[in-house]
Amino acid sequence: MKYIDEYRDPGRIEHLVAQIRKTSRKPIKLMEVCGTHTVTISRNGIRDLLPHHITLISGPGCPVCVTPIEGIDRAIALAQKHETIIATFGDLLRVPGSETSLLKQRGEGADIRVVYSVYDGLRLAQQNKNHQVVFLGVGFETTAPTIAAVIQRAKEARIGNFTVFSMHKVIPPALKALVQSPELEIDGFICPGHVSTIIGTEPYMPIARDFGVPCVIAGFEPLDVLQAIGLLVRQIEKGEAKVEIQYRRAVSPKGNLKARVVLEEVFEPCDSIWRGLGPLPRSGLKVASHYSDFDMERRFNISPVNGREPPGCLCGDILRGLKRPPDCSLFRKACTPESPVGACMVSSEGTCAAYYKYST
Amino acid sequence: MPPITSIRPEEPANEERLSKKQGKVILDHGGGGRASRELVQSYFIPRFTNPFLEKMDDSAVVDFPAGRLAVTTDCYVVDPIFFPGGDIGMLAVNGTVNDLSAQGAQPLFLSAAFILEEGFELADLERILISMAAASRKASVSVIAGDTKVVPRGKGDKIYINTTGVGLVQDDVNISGSNAKVLDKVILSGPIGDHGIAVLSQREGLAFDTDLRSDCAPLNQMVEEILTVTREVHAMRDPTRGGVAASLNEIAAQSDVGIVLTEGAIGVKEEVKSACEILGLDPLYVANEGKLLVFVPPEHTSGVLEAMRQNQYGRDAHIVGEVVADHRGRVVMRTTTGGTRIVDMPLGEQFPRIC
Amino acid sequence: MCLGIPMQIRSIDGNVAKAFLSGTTRLIYLDVLDEEAQVGDYVIVHAGFAIHKIDEKEAKETLDLFKEAGVLPSGS
Repeated sequence: MKYIDEYRDPGRIEHLVAQIRKTSRKPIKLMEVCGTHTVTISRNGIRDLLPHHITLISGPGCPVCVTPIEGIDRAIALAQKHETIIATFGDLLRVPGSETSLLKQRGEGADIRVVYSVYDGLRLAQQNKNHQVVFLGVGFETTAPTIAAVIQRAKEARIGNFTVFSMHKVIPPALKALVQSPELEIDGFICPGHVSTIIGTEPYMPIARDFGVPCVIAGFEPLDVLQAIGLLVRQIEKGEAKVEIQYRRAVSPKGNLKARVVLEEVFEPCDSIWRGLGPLPRSGLKVASHYSDFDMERRFNISPVNGREPPGCLCGDILRGLKRPPDCSLFRKACTPESPVGACMVSSEGTCAAYYKYST
Repeated sequence: MPPITSIRPEEPANEERLSKKQGKVILDHGGGGRASRELVQSYFIPRFTNPFLEKMDDSAVVDFPAGRLAVTTDCYVVDPIFFPGGDIGMLAVNGTVNDLSAQGAQPLFLSAAFILEEGFELADLERILISMAAASRKASVSVIAGDTKVVPRGKGDKIYINTTGVGLVQDDVNISGSNAKVLDKVILSGPIGDHGIAVLSQREGLAFDTDLRSDCAPLNQMVEEILTVTREVHAMRDPTRGGVAASLNEIAAQSDVGIVLTEGAIGVKEEVKSACEILGLDPLYVANEGKLLVFVPPEHTSGVLEAMRQNQYGRDAHIVGEVVADHRGRVVMRTTTGGTRIVDMPLGEQFPRIC
Repeated sequence: MCLGIPMQIRSIDGNVAKAFLSGTTRLIYLDVLDEEAQVGDYVIVHAGFAIHKIDEKEAKETLDLFKEAGVLPSGS
């Protein structure tokens, strides 16, 4: 597979590991922000390949994991409504709400459909004119522009039964919160590749400039992640703090301006609550008022819910990188992929799921 | 039993009552009366021509060779019912044949029970039965008993099939998922994931195109060839739902052993790899319908490999792992990147994801 | 958080394209792609949308970093 297999080449990977071992002296903690990076790292056993004094901490870049329980509860409430179809990415299906999950509700008769792209959700609305179709919008800056584009299409086509439940969030405020956290000492960030395809390098500049923490934007194959770690090590050993792009085939410094324009047309920043990090100002996206016909919050009256965090669940600390899954008393006991307690275990790229699935 | 040289059906007695190429299943077809009998005589009996079915007795009575009987049963509810490389009927035959074969049994007889939804197209039923007949002939098994019920529209999903299979296990064959031994090599008969991806490609809403066909196939001939080389096969499994990951975890648990796999040795076709990348799936968890895992002591490995590679369904057979005394009950894999990861038991359905 | 797959564009029809990766073809949407797509281009696809045209030169350079170090790994 072109542009995939070459970045899994064992020879190059071995070389990169050797380089890291040769150049890395200081004990350092690096955070991979993005859940997909956590999966790459776990699936390829990268932690075992690195020297012991390099610690990798998993961050909150798993959109499903940081969606508060209330989000799931409200989605379930929508699903229970008469003649309402919920269109969702597969990622959300098993996430536990306070009482139940979307998958379980489907078993109870709720009309919940898994889609691969948001256009499928729009198509559902066109095919089911006497149903309301609500698309569950999760994801960061990579996904939000695609949702925005389809909302624009829906407006052009005057589709009257399609709304989006926006639970979208944006990454830079979370990074800022992490780097300002006194308990966490992060020496470098492995930054999310595809989010950066959209936002470019500029949002990471304050992290490097004002906090002195190097940032390297990494791709998702094992070679990419290791190369990014190598670049971080090089910066740290030299005492530098810059924003670098490892993932140069897919990220340009300016990012994707067109996608950002579409996103800013349809969405507005808002304050939002991150599971684990708490409320962060201007860290979420809500549908802008001139697209209110496509905003679930305007179409439906689903009251805010007080979600209950399950007792003993350490997802919050894990999302902030303060604890690792083995530190949680529920890990592998009460909390397993079959019966997940927290989102970190049920999301396909949740830290706990990755540890459970892949770590020896 | 007379050899069957063609699959052209005999003409049914009452053509006017049941029009063959058009028409749908109606509730009467399951009522046990005249319509039922005509359905059986027009559609079912002509396909599986054998003296047992033609008797139309309540039970088939067979002379059974002395020895141990292996019995297995499975229900088939696949959607869509027709997919590239096969259909629900072919699956129903081969799936049960393979369960018997993986037990080291020579498959002999099948029963086939059908639950049809009112409104199901008779032309589709015929297609499926033709396919089942062809599959049974290929696997050298006879369908000697059957049943048909009809449920009202909306209470079923076109067609569900149950097949129960009966086979003969020789005295010196002792194959079981609890029998894997430390030092056994794990052989896999070919590349994985074809069936699951072929079926997914037909699902509404996922719409991707691939030339992949299901690997649905009968493995009994290959098993016979393996057992001719040696009876010292400890365990076998035909990995279906849940992929090779499920089967290997089951055996590791049943035998209380650890299994170590080598990622580079596991064959995956490019089309399966790419479809899995696109949907966010892991080939280890994708269904197969024509693959075999064989656990063999090291001294017999090359003989078994050679026998498998002579068979059309085992051309790409490779050693993919071995049984160890460590991490009992768990399956671990050495990745191509030099690391190690667990291959966990699959959770359930794999849903496509974007994250 | 972002599965993004490199796929090659085989045909274009308005904002929809047929994209290909190793034997699998899918329809993808070009609404948020910031460059004009041509048949033959490779793009990163996320959730059914092309988000970036792959820079072939950069892709090659990422792999070639080893040549600088004087190491030519297998498969280069």
